[in-house]
This record gives sequence, structure tokens and C-alpha cells, in this order.
Amino acid sequence: MISAFFIYNQKGEVLISRLYRHDLKRSVADIFRIQVISNTDVRSPIITLGSTSFFHVRHENLFVVAVTKCNANAALVFEFCYRLVNIGKSYFGKFDEESVKNNFVLIYELLDEVLDFGYPQNSEAETLKMYITTEGVKTERALAEASSQITAQTTSATSWRRTGIKYRKNEAFIDVIESVNLLMSTKGTVLRSDVAGQIMMRAYLSGTPECKFGLNDKLLLEKDGIQKLTTTLRKPNAVEIDDCQFHQCVKLGKFGSDRIISFIPPDGEFELMRYRTTENVNLPFRVHPVVNEVGKSRVEYRITVKAQFSPKLYANNVIVRIPTPLNTANINLRVATGKAKYVPDENLVIWKIPRFQGQGEFTLQGEAELSSMTVKKAWSRPPISMEFQVLMFTSSGLLVRFLKVFEKSNYQSVKWLERDHY
Amino acid sequence: MTDFRIPKPKFFTTTKKGHLTLLASLQSISTRENYELKSDLNSEYRDRRKDAIKKVIANMTVGKDVSGLFPDVLKNMQTEDLEQKKLVYLYLMNYAKTQPELVILAVNTFVKDTDDGNPLIRALAIRTMGCIRVEKIIDYLCEPLRKCLKDENPYVRKTAAICVAKLYDLNPALATDNGFVATLQDMVSDSNPMVVANAITALAEINEASETKDIFVINITTLNKLLVALNECTEWGRIAILTALAEYRPVDEKEAEHIIERVVPQFQHVNGSVVLAGIKVVILYMRVIKTEELIRQLVKKMAPPLVTLLSSVPEVQYVALRNINLILQKRPDILQHEIRVFFCKYNDPLYVKLEKLEIMIKLANDKNVDQLLSELKEYASEVDVDFVRKSVRAIGQCAIKIEESSERCINVLLDLINSSNTMSDMANSKVNYVVQEAIVVIKDIFRKYPRKYEGIIPTLCKNLDALDEPEAKASLIWIIGEYAEKIDNANELLESFLETFREENVQVQLQLITATVKVFLKKPQKSRDIVQQVLQIATTDCDNPDIRDRAYVYWRLLSTDPQAAKAVVLSEKPAISVENQSISGPLLDELINHISTLASVYHKPPESFLGRGTFGADAVQRRAIEEQEEESRESPIQEQVKNENLLDLDFSDTSATPTSANPPSAVSPFSESTSTNIDDLLGLFGNDTKFGTTANSSTTPAGSSATTQSNALNDLVSLI
Repeated sequence: MISAFFIYNQKGEVLISRLYRHDLKRSVADIFRIQVISNTDVRSPIITLGSTSFFHVRHENLFVVAVTKCNANAALVFEFCYRLVNIGKSYFGKFDEESVKNNFVLIYELLDEVLDFGYPQNSEAETLKMYITTEGVKTERALAEASSQITAQTTSATSWRRTGIKYRKNEAFIDVIESVNLLMSTKGTVLRSDVAGQIMMRAYLSGTPECKFGLNDKLLLEKDGIQKLTTTLRKPNAVEIDDCQFHQCVKLGKFGSDRIISFIPPDGEFELMRYRTTENVNLPFRVHPVVNEVGKSRVEYRITVKAQFSPKLYANNVIVRIPTPLNTANINLRVATGKAKYVPDENLVIWKIPRFQGQGEFTLQGEAELSSMTVKKAWSRPPISMEFQVLMFTSSGLLVRFLKVFEKSNYQSVKWLERDHY
Repeated sequence: MTDFRIPKPKFFTTTKKGHLTLLASLQSISTRENYELKSDLNSEYRDRRKDAIKKVIANMTVGKDVSGLFPDVLKNMQTEDLEQKKLVYLYLMNYAKTQPELVILAVNTFVKDTDDGNPLIRALAIRTMGCIRVEKIIDYLCEPLRKCLKDENPYVRKTAAICVAKLYDLNPALATDNGFVATLQDMVSDSNPMVVANAITALAEINEASETKDIFVINITTLNKLLVALNECTEWGRIAILTALAEYRPVDEKEAEHIIERVVPQFQHVNGSVVLAGIKVVILYMRVIKTEELIRQLVKKMAPPLVTLLSSVPEVQYVALRNINLILQKRPDILQHEIRVFFCKYNDPLYVKLEKLEIMIKLANDKNVDQLLSELKEYASEVDVDFVRKSVRAIGQCAIKIEESSERCINVLLDLINSSNTMSDMANSKVNYVVQEAIVVIKDIFRKYPRKYEGIIPTLCKNLDALDEPEAKASLIWIIGEYAEKIDNANELLESFLETFREENVQVQLQLITATVKVFLKKPQKSRDIVQQVLQIATTDCDNPDIRDRAYVYWRLLSTDPQAAKAVVLSEKPAISVENQSISGPLLDELINHISTLASVYHKPPESFLGRGTFGADAVQRRAIEEQEEESRESPIQEQVKNENLLDLDFSDTSATPTSANPPSAVSPFSESTSTNIDDLLGLFGNDTKFGTTANSSTTPAGSSATTQSNALNDLVSLI
């Protein structure tokens, strides 16, 4: 499997190098630098040179690289690279050159723990934090006592949750985050739209609670319907989910057989579920952009945004991102509502509307002046993107039906459902 | 004691500046620094010693040789501080080989640690000992390992399980004779899922390395253990178990169905590699299943998770797409209605976009072709040259694949040509690669549907002057030759090339010769002069033997028997199709066995890029042939040129252009010739698998088929 693991900065300096197998030498790091980092035209995340394969992932200003000498499981290697990045983020807040340099001893410890002989081991940040700590605060004796428990934890079937968690107030929050991908024709008809959703949970629950979670998923409801005889007619607001994926705490076998989402949650925030649907997408907003390139020196914008949802609802923190040509010199913007600002670094106009009532309609007008460029490169016209939150509205129509928490001690828990929408 | 303490953040923590200083100073570790480190390592203050160790490790990271400090670092091994212990171990693993006599000093601590009350320390010791590849250590490893394999703590057991694989790698006989391998086999039935997973991982590796390949065989009991552990262990453990299951061959349909039932829930796992591992099991077990209905159901179940893989991180998407490409060739019906999800997103990385294009072509049918064409037309106006070219090419492939759509495809291509022309006038930018690519694919469409779209020839000929790429030029010249009777000024068009004949690319020269001969055979009166001229220049002024020989062959053919020449040069050509771009059956089956691995990404058997193992002579031959087929399938154009050349009684080809000899790098990021050179480079860095030189094969002026074959053969031969 993975023979070596390297982390480079953007210049190609090795920040971390850890060998797991003896089929290659540390100097193999130089080959990656020459072949990939110094090469401006890299067209694949995997490079095989001779019998050595380099898998790389870019994150912030880092190259995270796994090296193998066998017919390795490529999907696993990449998933693992990203997992390592996530562990880093969980430990240091940000996983970049600076945090790697500042914590390199800790990273070596982590690498020793998460990979053994090149095979991934326990990679749950929460459990790793129990015995690999940033400050080394734990005294040796305390560690020795705790270690039996830690090791039991690491290898148990619920390796993502510590035992003995206590909260005075037991709370659980659920957020539904959906991102709608939309393609419109020039005439404004929707060519295609799909929703990729995430259900995020923040669990602050004591002990080892077992949770059950229900959605208005069509298949699930149909199943219920059959069980309760055929008295329930077609539920009009059932959603057809094309496919979904769960956090590893969810018992997949149970979902497979009974469509029940049952799990012992990790402590704190995690992504419980991911899903996607393509049927009956409600579009919360409609954007009607008119962008004209007038000659070589000017681009005219007229962008109208209309809220499609009921006037009883509000969208909060609406942000519209409008791409501008790379050679924009200056831009004049006029908006009736909200604030619009040109951000040259990102080649974007950012238009913020704090509160947007249902059925409302706002327009942004502007002209961009372009500086002349020696090399004319066609502007690729990136898509406009929007970000917003609407309480009690999802594009897919997905609803959380229930969340039940069972724990041996039978405590009361407060459950919050939040409904965000991007 | 605090007085002498080095402030903690000095080199390793918080301050960025500190670390930079360190990095800078590393480039030249001076004797003075060496001395300082040495004295710090021997300091009476614990913190100073620990900081010194950190500095040593930092030096090691950037590739400085700090092996000279071995005894000093070793002294710090016996400590209560777990972090420090880990650092010393890290150092030990790296430099043990350089100081084998000194390593023995560490043995005592190791053995003592494996008896420690703290399971973390026991595991750490056994894990590290396994990584120290010094003969002397191994003798001391056996007893602690035996103990750890039976440890009451599952964490220690799972670590010990992997350690057996390490030992086997170093000394197979020792691992077997001591009964460690047998213990591993028992551990598959361990009560802890993680231990089971690691035992399987270790066994699979040992099995792979063993000569008999009978170390790890799944039977009914182990099978059930695996299925139970599958739902309980970590994601990585699941992959290990699923991979093991994929190796297993169910005895009958019923058993296959039973296992599949347990595997299918894994499709919902958030980790894409678990999903792919599950898909692999199901697709392999389908070989055993005969019930049509069941197969249909399974195919239906596999589609959604495959689609969902497209929302993973780009790198995993890439792996998934390459695998979907294989799966589609095996089960073409699997994603029938899902073409939309393969449409490119604006922010997809290029390598994902290119793979998506491949899949789109595979999924194209008469129902979705309109949608696909409008999508492809959009792509053709994007910025990245490679992507645009491939999109244009895809339009051509649609036309060839779906007869009903050919007219629409031609129209789209004409639109592109026209709009590119106006665009390039306006912005003076070089969009005319769209035109060039379009002409190349139109030539293919002409091949597929002869005489159907003659009407567009004038439009194409208008662009003759704008063409500057050899392939596009050659394509248009081929069209002129092929349709000479329909083009009034065919001879004039060809004549315009004559002046620059000597400067043209070989590919263009070859096509020019053939085209002029065709024109001459069709309109002997008008073109007697130019055929003379062309053959004259080609035979006297050209150094390239391919061109000279082709010209001679034509010359003789024309001078001896013009009728025979007609029969040969103007004969009907065999039809081309997109289908024959796919992978041959046996190779496909082999690649399906390797789903999710590198082999499935490269669409090549693992032996071809690992450079391990040996083949019999038959295997070499077979591979070489397959490889050659692969190469030619990569590019239908090349195939076509070759076919035509065969008809022209000429075996020479365009191998002189580097692009046609190798598959396009975007299609296969791994190309034979460069890789071998690089491997030599790797060899310089101490790699032991060194390929033979293939340099001479590239200079042989043989046809591309011969070149690729000899290339492949050479590679394979050098492996033995």
C-alpha cells in the first residue's frame, strides 16, 4: 500500500516526509518536486514514473502526496489524503504551510498512528485527540490509566465517540444545507437543476445516545404506508431521493433492510447524511442576467433577482456573486437594495442583501471598464452564484420528520431543527 | 532548572520565523550545529534534550543526514515522555539500517516496552520494532510479537497483526516457522472487528507475496466472520474486507446473492472508496449469477451510488470516472438514463472534464443525442484548448456512433467552423484550432458515410489556408483526394501545396502524394503535371524513406498498370466505428478484477506499470499484441490512416509525429516512452527495478504499429 507520505509547500520544499515501507528512498521526494511541482502542465492527480506512483491532493498552499509502489487502491489513497487534511483542520483549525511547520512533531505522531505499514488505521479526529494532543498536557500517569479506555475506544465499533461524555443540557441541532445546481438557457428556461444536500448535526448529548432520524423520503414513506395497511393515501410532499450517503456512525445494514436511519452520533458537529435529488426542484430564486460585452473595453450588466417563494417567508444573508472579466479596471454599480462591491482579487462583484422577502425582486446595474490587454484571452464567463438562508424551505422539499434520542438514563433532550438553504 | 530552559517555541512551535530560520540553516548543517545538537542531546535538562530531538527530526525531514547523532539520540529512548519516545522511534526507523550494530542497544528498551502496563506503549514498541529492518533485531522480535498477538488489548493485537506482515516481508521463513501466519489466520475470527480487518489486510499482503498463494483462503466460517465484521469496523477495515470478498468465488448463485445482500448497504457509505470496493464485489459476483432478473436488479442498484461518486472530491471523481468507463463497457445499460450527470460543471478540473467527455460518448444514443450535442457545442466555446478539441472530437464520434444524428452533428460542426471564423476575424485570437479539429473529425465522418455530405466540401476548402496543424492539413488533403471528381479546382488546391512540399510535415507529405495520385487517376488530363512534380520531389529531394518508398510504389504502379493502380488506390475502404475503441474482452475482465486500483485508472494490467514479476514468452506476445491494439484504439484517426495505408499497399505511417506514436497524454497519463526514461532516473536514486533501454526502438523508422509493438516488447523483455 502507501509506501511514503509527503507534504510539500508550494515551492516544493518538503515539510513532512514519512516512509512506511522500505521499497523506496527518501530522495524519491525530489522526483515529485521535479515532475509535478515544478511542472506547470500537470494534467492528472496521479503520476506513475517507472513503477512508482505519486498521488497528490492540493490543499491551501500544500501538496499532500502519497507514494506507492504497487497496484494501490487509488480511491482509497485519495480518500485517505483528504482524511488527513481533515484531521489537520480539526486539530489546527487550518491546514496550511504555517500550521504544518508549527506542528510538525504532532503531525509525525499522527502519521504514525493513522497509517501502519502503509495501511490506514483509526482516522477519527475525535478519538485521535484523546491520546495525541497539541500540548502534551496529560500527565503520564493519567495517560496510563486512560489508555486502556482509549485503546478500547479506538478499536471499538463506535470508534468515533468517546465514552463518558456529559452535558448539563442535552441538545441536538439539525441543519439542512442544500446546494442547487442550475443551468438556464438564454431564454430563461431551466435546462437542468439538481440538488445536492447535506444534513449536518450538532449533537451535545450525554452518554451513548442512540438516535433515530426520519425524513419525508418517498421510499421510506411508501414502506410505512404498506405497513399501516393502505389507509394512508399518497403523501403529496414525499421527496424522491436519488441516492444518499451516511456518516459512518449510521447503521447501514439497518438502513438497507428497513430504511431506518439509526446511529450513535459522534460528539459535536458532523455531517450525518448527504443526498441528491433531481425531481421537482423548487427554485427559491430566479436570476435573470443580461451581460453584454460592448466592444473590447466595456461590459454591461443588468441582473435581476426574483424570490419565488411565498411572501410569508424571508431569505436572510443573500449574497450574489457576479464574475467579472479578468482585466476589469473599474466598475460602476447601482443597486436599489443591499450593498454591491467589486472585489478585484477574486474578479467578482459581491452583492449582499441582508433580508429578502418572498416574491420580491431586485436589480443590479453596472458597467465594467476593461483595460486593454496585450494577450487577448477569451473570457470564459463563469456562472453567477448565490448563497442564502431560508428558514423552513428546501429546494428539494425535504423535511425532517423526527429525531428521537434514546439513552439508558432516559434524560430529556432539547432538539432543534434548523433549516438553512444555500 | 527553568533558567536554562530553551524557550519552547524557539524552533518548532508558534513562531513562523523560528521555523524558517531552521529551514534555512538546514541547507548547511555545520559541524558547529552538529556539535550543538550533540551536546543538547546529552544535556542534563529534559526539555533541552527533547528540543534537540525535534531539531534532529526536522533535519531528517528535509533530507539532511543526521545519522551521525545515532548514539546520542538513542540515549533518549528510555523515557516516560511518550512524545519523546515516538520521536526517537521515528529517528530509529530511519537510520537503523545505517547503524546496525548500535541498534542492538535499543532492543532492551523495546522488549521492555512490549511488557509495559500501558497498551499504547506496548503497541508503539511492537509497531516500531517491525519497521526496523535489521537482522539482529528480528531475532528479538519473535517473542514480544508472540505475546502481543495474544494480548488482551485489541489495540495491541491489531498492531501486532500488521507486524506479522512486516516480519514476513523481511523474513518469510521466520514468520511461517514461528506460527505467526497461522495465528493471523486464527485472528480472522477475533471478537474485535478492527483486529479482524488488520488480520485480513496482513494476510492479503502475505498471500500476495507468498509463492504458493494459499495463505489466505476464505471458507464458510471465515466468510461469516467477515460479513459480521463488515458492518462494525472502520471504513478502511471495510475496504480490506470487501477487497478480500472480491477475491472469493462464491460456490453458487445462492451464496453470491447472500453475500451481495450484505454488501449492498455499503453503497450508502460516505467514503467513496468503500462504495467502489462494494461495487467491485457485486460486479464480480454477477459472473456467477445466471438469473436475468437478479442481474437487472443489481445493475439498477449500482447506478445511484456510481452517480453519487461524482459529487466526491475531484480526485476521487477521476478514479470513479475511469472505473465507470470500464463498468460501462462491461454493462452498457447501467447508466442509460444518467447522461446528464456527466455533463461538465464549470469548475470541474480539466482531468475530470476530459473523462466525463469519454463517458458521455459511451452513453450517447438517439434519444439523448440532441441534448448532448447542445452541451458539446457549449464546451467548444470554452477556454481550455485541450478540452475544446476533445469536445469537437466528441461531436464527430456522436456522428459516427449514431447514424440518425450525423446530419445534426455535421451542422453543429459547420456552425463551429463559421462562428470560429467570424470570431477570429473580430478578436484576432486563435480560435481556429476549433476549425482544424472540426476538419479532422469531418474527415472521419466522411469515412463512415461516404458521399453523404459532399455538399459541405466547398466550405471546408475555404479554410485551407488557415490550417497550420499537420493533422488538419492532412485530413483536408485526404478529403480533396477522395472527392476530387466533385471539386473542380482540386488540382489547383493541391498545386498550392507543392511549393512548400519540402517543408511540410511527414503526415501532410504522405497525404499529398496519395491525394495527387487519386486526383490523377480521376482526372488524368488536368493533373498530369502535378503528379509528376510531386513524385519527382518525393523521390529525389526527400530524406524520409517512408515518403520516398511510397512515391516509388505509386510511380511504378502508375507506369506499369494504371488500371491496377485504380483498383488499389480508389478501392472502397472498410467502415470505421467508435465501438472498436473499447478494450478487448480478456483485458476488460482482468481490469474489472482491479476496480478502484491504479490498473483501473490506467486501463492497463498492473504488470505493465509495476515492473514486477515475470511472464512466459506467450504472455509477452499476448500483452504486446494487446498493447498494440490498445494504442491504435486510442485514436481512431491513427487507425484509419493505417487502414488506408494498408490499402495503398504501403506500410509506412506517420510515426515520425510524436503525437501519433503515443496515446494522448490526457487519455492515459502514463506513457511508455517517458516512463522508462524516468525510471532510469529513478534508478539513479537507488531504485532497483531498472528497465532496459528502449532508446533504439524510437529511432527505427518503422511504422507506428511496429514501433509500439517493439516498444512494448522491449519493455516487457527488459522486465524478465
